[in-house]
Amino acid sequence: MGVVKIARRTFLIGTVAVAGGVAFGYYQYRRPLPNPLLDSLGTGEAAITPYVKIDANGVTLITPRADKGQGAYSIQAYLLAEELDVDPLNVNLSVGVPSKAYYNSRVMDEAFPFAATDDSAVANTVRGAGDVVTRMMGMQMTGGSSTVPDGYEKLRHAGAVARETLKEAAAVKTGVRRSQLTTEDAHVILPDGTRLSYTELAPIAAQTEPVTDVVLREPGQWRYLGKEIQRTDIVGKSTGREKYGIDVSMDNMLFATVRANPGFGGDMRGYDASAAEAMRGVKKIVPVTSGVGVVADNTWRAFRAAEAIEIDWGPGPYPATSAEMWDVLDAHIDEAYQDHRNKNVGDVETPLARGQEAVEAEYRLPYLAHAPLEPMNATVLLEDDRIDIWTGTQIPRFIENHVATLTGLAHDNIHIHVQPMGGSFGHRLEDTYVLQAVEIAKAMKGTPIKMTWSREEDMTHDYPRPMALAKARGKVKPGAVEACDLDIVCQSIATSWFGRLKAAPPGPDQTISTGAWDQPYDIPNYRVTGYRAPEMVPVSSWRSVAASGNGFIHEGFLDELIHAAGADPLEERIRLCNHNVSRKVLEAVGDMCSWSGFSLGENRGRGVAFVISFGVPVAEVVDVTDTPEGIRIDRVYVACDVGRVLDPINLEAQVTGGVIFGLGHAMNCELTYEDYAPQQTNYHAYEAMRLYQAPEIEVRALENLDQIRGIGEPGVPPAAPALANAIFAATGKRIRELPLNKQIQFV
Amino acid sequence: MQLTVNGQNYNVDVEDDMPLLWVLRDELGITGPKYGCGIAMCGACTVHIDGQAMRSCSVPAGQVDGSEVTTIEGLGSPEALHAVQAAWIEEQVAQCGYCQSGQIMAAAAFLSINPEPTDSDIDQAMSANLCRCGTYPRIRAAVKNAAAKLQGV
Repeated sequence: MGVVKIARRTFLIGTVAVAGGVAFGYYQYRRPLPNPLLDSLGTGEAAITPYVKIDANGVTLITPRADKGQGAYSIQAYLLAEELDVDPLNVNLSVGVPSKAYYNSRVMDEAFPFAATDDSAVANTVRGAGDVVTRMMGMQMTGGSSTVPDGYEKLRHAGAVARETLKEAAAVKTGVRRSQLTTEDAHVILPDGTRLSYTELAPIAAQTEPVTDVVLREPGQWRYLGKEIQRTDIVGKSTGREKYGIDVSMDNMLFATVRANPGFGGDMRGYDASAAEAMRGVKKIVPVTSGVGVVADNTWRAFRAAEAIEIDWGPGPYPATSAEMWDVLDAHIDEAYQDHRNKNVGDVETPLARGQEAVEAEYRLPYLAHAPLEPMNATVLLEDDRIDIWTGTQIPRFIENHVATLTGLAHDNIHIHVQPMGGSFGHRLEDTYVLQAVEIAKAMKGTPIKMTWSREEDMTHDYPRPMALAKARGKVKPGAVEACDLDIVCQSIATSWFGRLKAAPPGPDQTISTGAWDQPYDIPNYRVTGYRAPEMVPVSSWRSVAASGNGFIHEGFLDELIHAAGADPLEERIRLCNHNVSRKVLEAVGDMCSWSGFSLGENRGRGVAFVISFGVPVAEVVDVTDTPEGIRIDRVYVACDVGRVLDPINLEAQVTGGVIFGLGHAMNCELTYEDYAPQQTNYHAYEAMRLYQAPEIEVRALENLDQIRGIGEPGVPPAAPALANAIFAATGKRIRELPLNKQIQFV
Repeated sequence: MQLTVNGQNYNVDVEDDMPLLWVLRDELGITGPKYGCGIAMCGACTVHIDGQAMRSCSVPAGQVDGSEVTTIEGLGSPEALHAVQAAWIEEQVAQCGYCQSGQIMAAAAFLSINPEPTDSDIDQAMSANLCRCGTYPRIRAAVKNAAAKLQGV
């Protein structure tokens, strides 16, 4: 029995009866909002999005935001459990099914032209519009470090409503008033100590008007949140029992792989599969978009057969070599291609024109692959009237749309089963691999197909972070930075990514300069301009998106200016900082490493960098030693502020992981192109950091921010510039091009 | 050919040059060992062959005929954890977890031949296994924790 209420706010809770029990969750907006999307909604049951289900099998917590390793399943379960009074390690966990109602209202936060530090009415109004947009699009998406900001209230609210409604059910059953009941470990406790399990109360709760006037518990009352909790998936992942997409298995399943044009998006002119067809275990060769699929009875046999196919590739839809791509960027760092100028304070031209020489520099960033360790894969079973897809993805709803187009099936007949991911770093914001698997499945109706990319296929179809070029000019006076002018050019991630979703937004793409224009410094004359290069290699979001590269440019050049001014790198940043929470982060990292008056000693250097991204200010200090064999990274200190720390163990994991991700790629990773294809096709040529190179990392999380933020990405951006600044401090060598090992060795 | 995996005997009909990894995963349905690179660069596929840590993606099945293979599933179970697995849980090492089967198998084999490793021993032994999430500091801590457990400290 659904209890349908009509209201304007999104915190609208309801229950539905399920077999032998009850589900608690949110309704979507319905009337009276004039929302054509929602007019198509079905009955009350279709409109509800369950987060808690209680039936004969016990309590199930449903955690719709996907887990690519960042701990999303776990924190969502703890947010529900905190109010529901269950132990997440002792109840069922489910990721649910894709639904519009699981929209992510915060994932677009970074898409608006307001710095995270901008608290103006206009900024907040536009951000509010993001909530509406994401809801309309049914943006059930995982990304943008948004799982916690999105779920912090929603999930605790769902847990609290479920708890109070179960208590109300107990009140109905026993005649004891709800206010006299308490809850503990999935039971309602009567004043005399009698324990009624949630499971036995569930059928009554399904007939009860949900109790929605709940008050969320104060942090001081929390049992789990803010404490040292155990990740819900840690035992499975430590015993080999966790099942990823690549581990999906079913009866009669066959194995497949794809070889598509390594000139990403280029045509396949023709192919000769006669040798492959004769190979053992090969069942079928299927042309797919831009390439060929091979179906076999073993993945390795499919890999080998795919290699044996002779394929005539057309050219890629972009310049053939990295050298030509740099020429394109060079040609577009020009007024005619200005995309936006989000920062323009004071007047940079006058001080730069005046007398003494300006500080000038050029920064270069390469294409970077996400290269998660689990290669892209999808298992697909297509039958006459339905399709089932098992895959790790951040964008299940977009896949549903694409599959509907590709198969002609109605949305109701498309069933996507989101699997835990062996990493993503943004790669699983794409669905090329899923659509290829569907193309193969269309030729194999009735047979489940598990399609796995080889590592080489994965590296050559990674949708990398775009390469970028920046020209920087600045002016200093003794002891102070006076002017900073940054021109940044790269292709647009938004045009590329939204283009694949058939929803390319018009207007500027500020991510070309995000991470540079939105930093909280009061430099008197300060300008950041983004220039748009044409689309080249298809690109996508890479952990921390634009801030990962632009943070390197901004913080590297700011360091140069501070050095030219003869100022202290940390003190001058603190002096320039115009955002209290950020300033405290800078001060904290100085305190952690005893910045003032501390001498590292011979051949050693210390660098600092600060980047605010996804609303989280992060300052990092890197200590290095210049050994005869090369640079050794000794130690990293990190201070950050997420508003409130919900899971301190995982926060530390995400920050240290982010630091290692940032450092490793800065050390030695790039994709370079020859004949349209990336030359780095496996980890031998794209190594990042190994364990022996990992520094000791000390993390301090402050809680001064006035709202809660996610920490999956913000640890990444300051790492590369802090390392380059440390190398400068140790060696006097200023490196402005990544990866750093083009110019210096690491031990 | 004859294979013994986690104490169980299997008869498989595969090419001699099929890598052990794909025999385990696609022929026997043992999915703890993971495919990451196929060229012995990442270590996600690490198993024990007669007690020694090996990259199953680069060991031809024909070479394993008659050997004892142990995968992460055979090392221990959630109900009966191996000391290394218990240490990995205590230190909450895993993020995405995809490399951790291989990391744990590498650590278990390493500690069986070097029960009292120094920090630099650990760095050397564990650096052939790639982790893209950056769990290295906790892997170091977990190896030390496991060494202590195995020593009964």
